[in-house]
Amino acid sequence: MYKLRTSAIATLVASTMLVAPAFAAGTHPTTGEALADDQTFTYRVLDEHSSVDPQVVEDVTGAEVVRDLFEGLMNQDADGKLVPGVATGFTTNDDKTVYTFTLRDNAKWSNGDPVIASDFVYAWQRAVDPELSSPYAWYMEITSIENAGAVIAGDAAPSELGVKAIDDRTLEVTLSAPLPYFATMTTHSTMFPAPRSVIEAHGADWTKPENIVSNGAYVLTEHLPNERSVRERNPMYWNNDNTIIEKVVALVINDENVALTRFMAGELDRTEVPAGQYPRLKEENPDIAISFPRLCNYYYTFNLSEDGPEVFKDVRVRKALAMAIDRKIIVENVLAGGQPEAYSFTPAAVAGFEPPESEMASMDQPARDALAKQLLADAGYGPDNPLKFNMIYNTSEAHKKIAVAMSQMWKQKLGVEAELGNMEWKVFLETRGNQDFDLARGAWCGDYNEASTFLDLLTSPSGYNDGKFSSPELDALMQQARTSSDTTPLYTQVEYIIAAEQPVIPIYHYAGVYMMDSDVGNWPVNNVEQNWYSRDLYKIAE
Amino acid sequence: MLGYTLRRLFAAVPTMILLIAASFVLIHVAPGGPFTSERPLPPQVLANIEARYGLDQPMWKQFWDYLSNIVFHFDFGPSFKFKDRDVNDIIAQGFPISLTYGFLSFLVASAIGISLGIAAAIRHNTWIDYFAVSLGIAAQALPNFIMGPILILIFTLQLGWLPGGGWNGGAWPYLIMPVIALSTSYMGSIARITRSSMLEVLNSNYIRTARAKGIAERHVIWKHALKPTLLPVISYLGPVFVYVLTGSVFVDIYFSTGGLGQAYVGSALSRDYSVLLGVTILYGGLTIVVNLITDLAYAWFDPKIRY
Repeated sequence: MYKLRTSAIATLVASTMLVAPAFAAGTHPTTGEALADDQTFTYRVLDEHSSVDPQVVEDVTGAEVVRDLFEGLMNQDADGKLVPGVATGFTTNDDKTVYTFTLRDNAKWSNGDPVIASDFVYAWQRAVDPELSSPYAWYMEITSIENAGAVIAGDAAPSELGVKAIDDRTLEVTLSAPLPYFATMTTHSTMFPAPRSVIEAHGADWTKPENIVSNGAYVLTEHLPNERSVRERNPMYWNNDNTIIEKVVALVINDENVALTRFMAGELDRTEVPAGQYPRLKEENPDIAISFPRLCNYYYTFNLSEDGPEVFKDVRVRKALAMAIDRKIIVENVLAGGQPEAYSFTPAAVAGFEPPESEMASMDQPARDALAKQLLADAGYGPDNPLKFNMIYNTSEAHKKIAVAMSQMWKQKLGVEAELGNMEWKVFLETRGNQDFDLARGAWCGDYNEASTFLDLLTSPSGYNDGKFSSPELDALMQQARTSSDTTPLYTQVEYIIAAEQPVIPIYHYAGVYMMDSDVGNWPVNNVEQNWYSRDLYKIAE
Repeated sequence: MLGYTLRRLFAAVPTMILLIAASFVLIHVAPGGPFTSERPLPPQVLANIEARYGLDQPMWKQFWDYLSNIVFHFDFGPSFKFKDRDVNDIIAQGFPISLTYGFLSFLVASAIGISLGIAAAIRHNTWIDYFAVSLGIAAQALPNFIMGPILILIFTLQLGWLPGGGWNGGAWPYLIMPVIALSTSYMGSIARITRSSMLEVLNSNYIRTARAKGIAERHVIWKHALKPTLLPVISYLGPVFVYVLTGSVFVDIYFSTGGLGQAYVGSALSRDYSVLLGVTILYGGLTIVVNLITDLAYAWFDPKIRY
């Protein structure tokens, strides 16, 4: 068996063990900054979280809470790199189908019980069990754990899932196909452990503050739905001595402008910047208004299904529309939050991804416009025979501004008449899912830091491929990437196909645009997935 | 009166069933469902979830199960979106909050509104009247979605006196702005209705008779004019009471109170069928009860009305 136990991981564990505890009102052990007396981190969330049950949670807001309350086998550091969590490390066989994790002996639940391998077995079986019917059961399936799909379908018992506890400190996972990044996927909340005795005692009520038992750096102490949730230090956490933040408060504030006002009044340490306000805020508060790349894309998809408009089956039309959009105007004047322009489907910030040097990316805008006119004329459209279609988006001020800008650019440059239609979210999803559109807005945030989380969307069998684009060549490359050890060139190749076929119009890639109080230390701006852990943060004395 | 009350309550039963049935059908007819999402679930996962919530059953069966659970177990079912909680939980948590700031707003709006209206009427065409009328119109012209931002800008951002939102167990600093925002426009309407009603009553024959008999003006107002004056006000206050009690979506969203209004609108957008139905039933039931109370109150205020 090939040993992959990373020495870097061992070094990191060793170094964190050496650090002496006790920080309150002291200085930060590594940076030497003076720490604030009040180590409370308060941040705004847009909506109430759906759940704090690791196997049930499905929203970003909930996952942020769950990442503080529970800890999985592996964690991410401030750069998004893999570091040990409950596991001190792992080994894998040659073809990467069997992973063996070694659990630390000092990991405890908040009730003092040790965290053991069977807690993970229980949690993972629970995640695929039809009885729980987790909305994230599919995640377990894409980890390739043996029998995950069969258990979800009810064709196999949860006990047949390919995970077993060899002993209390050894967890063995068997995959149905080699997956080089399996360990990375264990940082996701669905794969966190679950306390069997507590769940069996309280049923669905186990996540209430009075019942919950968790193994992370924090415990849930208060929850007022639609108002706030509070988590406080878990003294049983194995690395509690190195945790600085005492208390984390998430306030539900639906309106981003109210949230900004409350931030300005000093009630919050972090909030999102409303669209278009970043330049002003940055000028007034250069240290506080921050922007960094995120793993999300924003695009429009052509309806290429049989029901779709005939004209979009002509690649020249698709290319002309993609070329004529001046993305610089959209990111600088409409969004104005430091978002990068998009010429590829996958954001450039994704690890191990090299964007292709496509034709469109290398041209300047006048050249693109000229080519767009030429292409559309070749396809038989012009001022005498204007191209007409509808474009839909879900109701939102920002989406509307972008759609208006796009349709104006097309009208001025190409004489295209695009009819805008906005829809309430669920109606929009249903309309798009039924291919009842010509051109539709789409956006996607990566589930993990790997290009396939984006590119899988454009494969023929994908359930998320609402434009019904189908390219056997692309499908084959994505299939090949699943087992390849060097995926970078394959993904770049896929992007070349997307650039040539233009089934989608990438517009921009998201940026995290925040107001972050300058006394918050160590916010992981370099973690493109924005998987942050409160225990890595600290408040600096002002 | 007892017979009348019982008859009214009895008639409420078919009304409620009709309300539930209509809402049930409308919700299910709306495009998209609770589990429609940007990441469509794999068919097997979706089937498991739908089976768990009984959505795989025929519609009549779903309706019957829903109704019988309410009638026999007083159980409004689990929330489809908030998987750790059920509808009873959500209402038990949000309704007291809406009730608290709603009831306070109602008291403030009625007390100030009625006083202003009466003052304006008995000092008709004096500066008091003009002042009260201007204040009433200004208040009416300031709906809560205008008041909210103004209040927060002044009291939170500029003066720093009050927290910009939250609930904190209903501590008074957290109540002030929601109550002001919610009560102002109602206060304006109440003042206006009271004033015109009082003026009409003061010009009626029996008041002239009372004055001719030499009864003290104070006595005329309190003893003879007040009760009939309040009749139209009460018919306005009935629905207002239900509106403010069930919480304001705007106040909930703007001041992050955690009240029921936000849960209601949120459930409509996320197609959280059970929460939406549960809150609709609560609002419907409250409307029926408050209407009945309003009608009974008429009898007390107006001796001509007998049930």
